[in-house]
Amino acid sequence: MTPAPRPDERSEAEPPDVPGFRTWRGVYLFVFAFFVLVVALLTVFTRVFS
Amino acid sequence: MNVADWVVLLGTIVGIAAYGSWRTRRVRSLDTYLRGNASTGWGTIGVSVMATQASAITFLSIPGQGFESGIGFVQNYFGLPLALIIVCAVFLPMYRRLNVYTAYEFLGQRFDEKTRLLGAGLFLLQRGLAAGVTIYAPAIIISTVLGWPLDLVIVLTGLLVIVYTVTGGSEAVALTHKWQMAVISAGMVTAMVVLLLRLPAGLGFTGAAHVAGALGKLQAVDFSLDPSRRYTVWTGVFGGLFLSLAYFGTDQSQVQRYIGGASLREGRLGLMFNAVLKIPMQFVILLLGALLFVFYQFAPHPVFFNQAEWRRHAQDDRFQALEAEHAGAVAQSQSAIRGWLEARASHDTAREASARAVMVAASQRTDAIRAEAKAALLAADPRAKTKDSDYVFITFILTQLPHGAVGLLVAVMFAAALSSKASELAALGTTTTIDFWRHFRPLAAADEARNVRVARRFTALWGVFAVAFALFAGFAENLIEAINILGSIFYGVLLGLFVVAFFLRRVGGSAVFFAAVTAQALVIAMYFSLNIGYLWYNLIGCAACIAFSVALQAVLPPRASPDQGRAG
Repeated sequence: MTPAPRPDERSEAEPPDVPGFRTWRGVYLFVFAFFVLVVALLTVFTRVFS
Repeated sequence: MNVADWVVLLGTIVGIAAYGSWRTRRVRSLDTYLRGNASTGWGTIGVSVMATQASAITFLSIPGQGFESGIGFVQNYFGLPLALIIVCAVFLPMYRRLNVYTAYEFLGQRFDEKTRLLGAGLFLLQRGLAAGVTIYAPAIIISTVLGWPLDLVIVLTGLLVIVYTVTGGSEAVALTHKWQMAVISAGMVTAMVVLLLRLPAGLGFTGAAHVAGALGKLQAVDFSLDPSRRYTVWTGVFGGLFLSLAYFGTDQSQVQRYIGGASLREGRLGLMFNAVLKIPMQFVILLLGALLFVFYQFAPHPVFFNQAEWRRHAQDDRFQALEAEHAGAVAQSQSAIRGWLEARASHDTAREASARAVMVAASQRTDAIRAEAKAALLAADPRAKTKDSDYVFITFILTQLPHGAVGLLVAVMFAAALSSKASELAALGTTTTIDFWRHFRPLAAADEARNVRVARRFTALWGVFAVAFALFAGFAENLIEAINILGSIFYGVLLGLFVVAFFLRRVGGSAVFFAAVTAQALVIAMYFSLNIGYLWYNLIGCAACIAFSVALQAVLPPRASPDQGRAG
């Protein structure tokens, strides 16, 4: 029932092709670091205004 | 609403729907109908994922939540970026490698057909019920705005989304999402700008934020370990992680948005786009609600924001006395806030503390009168809808925005409703076709044209079901919570199925199937008997499914290896 895998599917190891990032792991680390930064900023926001 | 509002509203909503239908009217390929255009880039995927999650409820309930309870709800999204990283690294590559149409096909390939049907069934049950609620939300707005019968609005909006989703399938959904998100962004920016301009002279954003903060509306993060608190950093990171992982990794309405596209890279970048933007976006919408709270400290407003419900019951002197009492309390609160602002500007700590206490007491007095008003409504009619926070933002839109902008903001609600609704219908139709219809009619799988026809019929059928359900969804007091609670009850176990599939290779189909059924029964029993934050049910359901699977596999006969299976 399931169609056959696409023959032209590239490997998941393909580079992200994003300026400044050579691997997907680097992209994920950047997103995680951004998340930590957002939580830190929200904590500061809470401290300043509450 | 005047002519300008109507032009903006109809021009955007009907125009986008007509454009989507017309552009995709010739879709005949099953692949395009179910997965969208094969050349779709990451931007379209990212916007489509965002538009699917951002329903009208997002723009109705969340500002109301910010108004009523503050911005702590933002913590609910803390698990989302982490979940999207896991989906990108583990789920998405597997879905693309197996070239599946639905996430549940993967369960069939990994375990067996009964587990696939269970996963698809849990999705259809949960998403099918939620679909009714998501169509109900914008219908409330338009029926309030125009004074039209609620049922008529539900039917008309339902028909609009059914037409273009059935016509163009997933391609029409992605195409319309781009334009709908453009309308949503323009509308929300307009609302925020108008709100800031309407704040009292000299207050500004910073002053308003200080007032909101002093009155307890700006506690964005709470590190408390108290399990009875609904929104904390921990429920957000852990419960939210499981909810988001289940939603983005196993809910077909999201999976369908990113499994198509030109390549694995496009899907991954589209998801990372959401991982970065989602928390800031939700923060801004909640902040809008908190600033609305400050705005209404200085502007006249009703004691109960759902004025239609209020007028239906408020016919005796007691209600009029409450209205007068509320107006007096608001005036006192306003005076107390001005006193606090002056004390704060004087840099006299003792005076500031004293003025703050007066301001907080005045605000609590206003809250108490609002609570009395709700109690009076309930006393007059035990079935009265007493939660009015969903009406706060729409009240602001209708009374404070200039003409044209009112139409745009109503269009925002519609665009959001249609965008999430379209994804849901496409996913429900796809899952029913691929996981159920083709399962019971395997010989029909080769007939592509018939498959497309059947997918169209199931999509239309689910649309009709959602409309019918929405007609009876009046019990949903706070819409976004109703959907999240519903999701949390079913998503945990669904996620558990996928976690076992991805990470516990020794567990077989029978073990995971009976484990999932038992775990689902456990979660439902706990929901009706315990009082804990509902996000925890995502974690509990998932953990129970995994634990029961491992335990059952230990007592069941060893699973035959794939090679043995093929030999047999």
